[in-house]
Amino acid sequence: MTNSIFKVLRSGINTTYQDEGRFGAQHLGIPTSGCMDHKSFIFANAIVGNKKKYGVIEFAYQGPLLKLIKGKTKIAIAGNVHFKIINLNNDTINGECNRSYNLNEGDSIDILATDKSIYGYMSVEGGFKIKSFFHSVSTLVKARIGPNNGNKISLEDKITTNQNRKNENNFKVNISSENSNTIRVLKGPQYDFFSEKSKKLFFSQLYKVSNLTDRMGMRLEGQTLENIINTNIRSEGITKGAIQVPADGQPIILLTDCPTIGGYPKIANIITADYDLLVQKIPGTNISFKCIDLEEAEQLYKKKRNNISKIIKDIKKIN
Amino acid sequence: MLKKLNNIGDSAIVCDFGEEVNQTINNEVIKLFHYVRKQAALGNIEGILNCAPSYNKLIISFDLEKTNSKNVSNFLNSAKFKNLNFIEDKKNWIIPICYDFEIDLENISKQLKLDKEEIINIHLNSIFFIYMIGFVPGHPFMGDLDPKLFLNRLKTPRVKVPAGSVGIVEKFCNIYPHESPGGWNIIGRTPTKLFNTKDNVKPSLLTPGDTVKFKSISKKEFNNFIND
Repeated sequence: MTNSIFKVLRSGINTTYQDEGRFGAQHLGIPTSGCMDHKSFIFANAIVGNKKKYGVIEFAYQGPLLKLIKGKTKIAIAGNVHFKIINLNNDTINGECNRSYNLNEGDSIDILATDKSIYGYMSVEGGFKIKSFFHSVSTLVKARIGPNNGNKISLEDKITTNQNRKNENNFKVNISSENSNTIRVLKGPQYDFFSEKSKKLFFSQLYKVSNLTDRMGMRLEGQTLENIINTNIRSEGITKGAIQVPADGQPIILLTDCPTIGGYPKIANIITADYDLLVQKIPGTNISFKCIDLEEAEQLYKKKRNNISKIIKDIKKIN
Repeated sequence: MLKKLNNIGDSAIVCDFGEEVNQTINNEVIKLFHYVRKQAALGNIEGILNCAPSYNKLIISFDLEKTNSKNVSNFLNSAKFKNLNFIEDKKNWIIPICYDFEIDLENISKQLKLDKEEIINIHLNSIFFIYMIGFVPGHPFMGDLDPKLFLNRLKTPRVKVPAGSVGIVEKFCNIYPHESPGGWNIIGRTPTKLFNTKDNVKPSLLTPGDTVKFKSISKKEFNNFIND
């Protein structure tokens, strides 16, 4: 036996395989997709000792209940997640995020809920055995693209790993959580479509993250913005993190699964360094936007990247 | 011609070709699109993630880990536009259409005061240029339609339009690759599969810059295509 197999006893919510995304196909109408919270994705792989960026399992709010029916593996949960590991004798331990666990045949992992965040991630040592499509194992459910025939992982499915556990050691990382509700942005291409009053309002008011938030977009509720030029523009390519404002004056932030082209004016764009922070904001959270310039955005990205590298370098073996 | 470069956030650049929408301008967009993709494939520019052409813009997104706005702008500014060419990359497609699957021809005929045959003939005699592909995977936006057939979108979009439906709005013609909601005026249906999720190399049949001419087929031929 060379690999291990989980059986899905509960699917959880929006449970899919994701990697960094599918690039080089936007001109064919294929959205990038990929993991929502890139930082957690990186940590999920690093903690189980993966040098490559293998696909992981992403879930929203509630994760799956999985039973290892064959083999032995090493797993990690990244994000801010409550979960339990139940072994063959029914001994239960409360799981700790951002550390690895060795699972043996008969063990189960019950991923109960994300805490003050939306997305959580589960990785396995050596990655999952899944088919890639156009250089990526990201699932785009809307277009039925990616592993598992482009579907969510569901009850009774089998989840297979590439290999059985090779390294018996376990590891952990120390990650300090970011809680800021201020999201930094750059002015968007149609910033000047909005009245002076609305521009000020955009940067001064609190926006509530609405329930209409998913992998495609995050709808915000606030005082209406006034477009003084045109509420439609000619369709053009769009990128994740763009904040578009349709005729009703309420912003929608385009997220990872957004369509490839769109025709609404964009008032601002989320900086890359703050994207992971934004996507984890649960509905009901009040957020605000702060305008910065390109140079600062690039510096903040470098700082974030260096910080991630440092955390990965400091991964410690657990005794 | 390329009018200006602007940043979109910290990891994308828009190449703006002006406000007009016509094939000459879109040709320039597509030339630059092919050029950037080729140069990226050759390793002459690092970190390019996506190139998305639309009517009058090309949006290039990149990986901040590998490059930045300044590098990509410098690369774009150094491109010699006069020397760009894309004839070799361009394909001319003939796509079968069965007009028996129309939904709106009756209404169009009344609105435009043209009989159905005439509408079909005008459509069949057009050579369509693919301005862009997008919104959903494999979905082409094509033009230009004869001004005699210019129509607005449906007042109420349909909840479901069958896969393969061919629609027209203003000077544009589209094909719905998947069953989806839609507001275009449906004049027929093609059995040709525009998007294949099993094809790892070329999942979309069409590419921006290709041309399409329609060929009329009967219901029987349509069904034969589907069963093949």
